[in-house]
Amino acid sequence: MKTLGLIIVVLVGAVLVYATVDFPPFGDPASPASLHVSPRYIEKTVEETAVPNAVTSVLADYRGFDTMFETTVIFSAGVACFLLLRVSRRRPPASRQYRHRLTGLTFRVKDGREISLPLRDFEPLDSIWTPHDFIIEKVCRYLIPFIQLFGLYVIAHGHESPGGGFQGGVILGASIILLSVSHNLRTALQRMGEKASALFSPFGVLIYAGTGALCLVLGYNFLDYQALAALLPGGPIMARSHGIFLVEVGVGMAVMGTMVWIFKNLASLGRYDEGL
Amino acid sequence: MEEFLRLIIGKYNYWIYITLMMIGLYAMIAKNNLVKKIVGMNIFQTAIILFYISTGVKKGATIPIIEHSHDAAHQAVRAADYINPLPHVLMLTAIVVSVATLGVALAVAIKVYHRYLTLEEDEILKQIREP
Repeated sequence: MKTLGLIIVVLVGAVLVYATVDFPPFGDPASPASLHVSPRYIEKTVEETAVPNAVTSVLADYRGFDTMFETTVIFSAGVACFLLLRVSRRRPPASRQYRHRLTGLTFRVKDGREISLPLRDFEPLDSIWTPHDFIIEKVCRYLIPFIQLFGLYVIAHGHESPGGGFQGGVILGASIILLSVSHNLRTALQRMGEKASALFSPFGVLIYAGTGALCLVLGYNFLDYQALAALLPGGPIMARSHGIFLVEVGVGMAVMGTMVWIFKNLASLGRYDEGL
Repeated sequence: MEEFLRLIIGKYNYWIYITLMMIGLYAMIAKNNLVKKIVGMNIFQTAIILFYISTGVKKGATIPIIEHSHDAAHQAVRAADYINPLPHVLMLTAIVVSVATLGVALAVAIKVYHRYLTLEEDEILKQIREP
């Protein structure tokens, strides 16, 4: 198997090298990829959509269908992780152990009796319990709000600077993942529960598709944001800019929800009570 | 000889992506452990991303954010001054989708581990063939 694999890989590499000889050199301004449709995007983006960042305007306006279905792919991946891993019902363990954070006292709760303890003071001891680190917890606690603020900035400022829904959504998702890595999964679940993350991703896709459908209702083509000029101030060109913003918000919500959802399912093996 | 060297140096981005792609493909085919196969898949995706991004580069051009000001009259925009935005758009979505597919692949690996208690491909095949 190993030699067969090596032969296949070398053959593929040889074919690729053979094809590369006809490719344009690195950094060639006249390469075929930058001659046909991309000059039009660059020259017309400010004129047609009032968005200086060509990447954003191409992503959400000129190639809006592509991005909509990419968002759907991300949502489907989240659903697939959920369906594969989530354990719906699970027998409660015979006894649970809790540890008081300040004094280090440990006590046991017998056979499935439900008691509610303030998790700020008590932590459950699982099979994968690890001692919490004071410095990491404190640093992350103060860092996470700023990370989330930066994520919102990246989403909202994607028109003028590098950024947009995908990047900002990943930053927001990473902040929740950082919370669950630095503290534990329970703390992250208290901040953003399973239901919240599972609702964020379809709701983001719904905002995207709903913006497109709104254009359809107003008498234009699907995802033709000029239609929004009837609802928003600023004329048809600014309406395209506003439409791109709406869509980016949808993408950001979908990406954030899905990242957190996938992480929680993977980290806790679908059980949502143990794990990181 | 000189022409050959110019070929090597002038297209070095392609050689890097071909090398990465071969590494990823070999890991996907030949590695026995499922997690290593997933890592190989990620290296393969990275090679594709590198290929696309490097085709968008133009010498002497800047990032595709058009220079603009609120008061000045409309200036002509030259496409040669800005790099190609299209590969960036395609890879922007591809990166996030690759993270999502990585999540699904790891979920499947977890299920396989629960069923067969191993992630080695040959041991899984042995268990399937002789139940």
